[in-house]
Amino acid sequence: MTAADAAPDLTPENRLTSAYLVVALVSLFVGVSLGIFQALEHTGINLYPWLLPIIKSYYHGLSLHGVLNVLVFTTFFISGFLQFITARSLRMPLWNRGLAWATFWLMTGGLILAAVPLVGNAATVLFTFYPPMKAHWAFYVGLTLVVVATWLVTLTLVCTYRAWRVRNPEVRTPLPAWMSLVTFVMWTIASLGLAAEMLFMMIPWSLGMVAGTDALLARVLFWYTGHPIVYFWLLPAYISWYTLVPRQAGGKLFSDPLARASFLLFLVLSTPVGFHHQFTDPGIGQGWKLLHAFFTFGVFFPSLLTFFSIVASLENGARARGGRGWVAWFGKLPWGDPSLAAQVLAMVLFAFGGIGGLINASFTMNLVVHNTAWIVGHFHLTVGTAVTLTFMGITYWLVPLLRGRRLWSRRLALAQAWSWFVGMAIFSNAQHRLGLMGMPRRTMIGAAPYVQPEWQSALALVGIGGTILFVSAMLYFANMLLTAVASREPAAVEVPFAQALSGPEHAPAILDRWRPWLVLAVALIAIAYGPTMIRLVTTTPFTTPGFRVW
Amino acid sequence: MRRDTTISLYELFWILPSIAIPVGMLVALVVFTFGAGVHLPGHEGRVEPTAVLATPPFDQPGTVQVGPGQYEVRMVSGIWVFTPNEIRVPVGSTVTFVAASRDVLHGLFIPRANVNVMLIPGQVARVTTRFNRPGEYPFFCHEYCGIAHHTMWGKVIVEPASKANRHDGDSAS
Repeated sequence: MTAADAAPDLTPENRLTSAYLVVALVSLFVGVSLGIFQALEHTGINLYPWLLPIIKSYYHGLSLHGVLNVLVFTTFFISGFLQFITARSLRMPLWNRGLAWATFWLMTGGLILAAVPLVGNAATVLFTFYPPMKAHWAFYVGLTLVVVATWLVTLTLVCTYRAWRVRNPEVRTPLPAWMSLVTFVMWTIASLGLAAEMLFMMIPWSLGMVAGTDALLARVLFWYTGHPIVYFWLLPAYISWYTLVPRQAGGKLFSDPLARASFLLFLVLSTPVGFHHQFTDPGIGQGWKLLHAFFTFGVFFPSLLTFFSIVASLENGARARGGRGWVAWFGKLPWGDPSLAAQVLAMVLFAFGGIGGLINASFTMNLVVHNTAWIVGHFHLTVGTAVTLTFMGITYWLVPLLRGRRLWSRRLALAQAWSWFVGMAIFSNAQHRLGLMGMPRRTMIGAAPYVQPEWQSALALVGIGGTILFVSAMLYFANMLLTAVASREPAAVEVPFAQALSGPEHAPAILDRWRPWLVLAVALIAIAYGPTMIRLVTTTPFTTPGFRVW
Repeated sequence: MRRDTTISLYELFWILPSIAIPVGMLVALVVFTFGAGVHLPGHEGRVEPTAVLATPPFDQPGTVQVGPGQYEVRMVSGIWVFTPNEIRVPVGSTVTFVAASRDVLHGLFIPRANVNVMLIPGQVARVTTRFNRPGEYPFFCHEYCGIAHHTMWGKVIVEPASKANRHDGDSAS
């Protein structure tokens, strides 16, 4: 970095990120607001009649809850946050601001197009939209536009990186920008399955251009994207944990090379694992399912590396603040900082989510938990806490930075983080246990004729946990809204980029190359998916008609 | 320099178990899968999704005895009902479910019997289980299949040995 590289004016990037955050948080607000109705319904309190003018059924609300929380909130937040992080860590403007804004509007346009049938009860197909349930074509076209927009984000990040590289030929890429790039490259490879499903199956079928579709091939294509999408949600949280949280904890990142190694392994291993969502599908060979289970356990390796790096970095910070002992140092973290507290609490629950994930991926134990409430418990720990609570924690510094005003209330934010933690612990534990007791997921349980007596106590805890989560979410949105409109005290927030104890100069050169890792990623996908995909594409008759069953 | 060496050592101390733990779990998984003979649904063939009710064995849904203590349940799922939705077998029976969907995705989930299979239009599903204890085993559709998904269920009634004798050979559902 030379003096000529003095920080450029990144105000336009701030505006772009603010725009993404507004859409993300509005979507999250609507999404979680519908969650409370589901939780209460499970305890026997059916408030859906109140929503009737807009929300026509439990499943209509559930579709909105899923699509808005896991598809819209995540995608918009990640696009805004990672473009921001890239520009800041490279100290460069985005490659083409016009393209960056066009991308935002394309993504938002896609969202609106998909939202019309979704809100209008013409796409009550849940966020997995399995055919032969057939939603209005605008739902599929809108979501496809959102995916295309994410590819344009990748283009922006790649070109920004190359522009930086030309000016800095000999320097290791700064970790935050490099990780952002890996995340979007991984996602671009991973999203091809969903794109193929949409372009070749769902869109022509929903427009009436072809008569039939095939449920199994659609599921295979969906889960080709559907598992790596969880890493697309998770890696941005990891970026915060690796490159920002250590500084917020008062210390340094333990090891830059280890961080790079784990992200490259995510790039390679995220995609060829999708069959572990389809262990119980007939029509896919058992051997291929076992291979996907193998690769899924492979992903556990970079997860363990991450666990080690993050905990070591936190410990480094806590010891610098006077922490002692094997475990007691944990209490010396700066717990008064809501951004740090939210993210560390997210990590704690994520440990349980990770262990549950291993159970889901286990070829045999999956038979016990597949499509049960256990899975609901699992992903509320992962995407619902590790990702969402981390993103909330990020906004506790990011929104004040973008706004130039202090967070409206630090105490409210701390109460929010802890109540999310407590509420989710109760909610998720109950859902896990209900799953083990045989309760199916995605079901209007309060109206089901088969509720088993042993489910009752856990169902009550779903309602209690869900209510706490709802209160926590409302505290969050109140704080965000007041920070945006009512906070008057100026604040000069900086991005808390962390330094590393073992820096990028210690990284083996192979970690800074792209081609070998991309080749390996594509090769593993070809091995894991090639034979099944070719067989299905060449032998499937595409004769299944569509149904509207809601 | 000293510090860097320490860090590399820490890294190594962690990397080795991080490889060993997943590998150990995988070995346990494979040993258990083959040792206990756990089968997942695999290739069972296709059934034309628009003609399920005209295709054997789904043209005659019901429970059929196929051998001593062995039964086959031929099941059709459709919005929002299983046919048959009440299945009677004697205790100790080995039961194979052969099932298909005639409309959207459904699932067949018998929590107390380790049966968990997706019913995908176009695909034949086949799972085998054994009912060792008398009693009622509820089964549920565990994939969202529309507005009344939560009403789609049934039960396997496993009859005690003495009572079951009277039903032996009865193929009605």
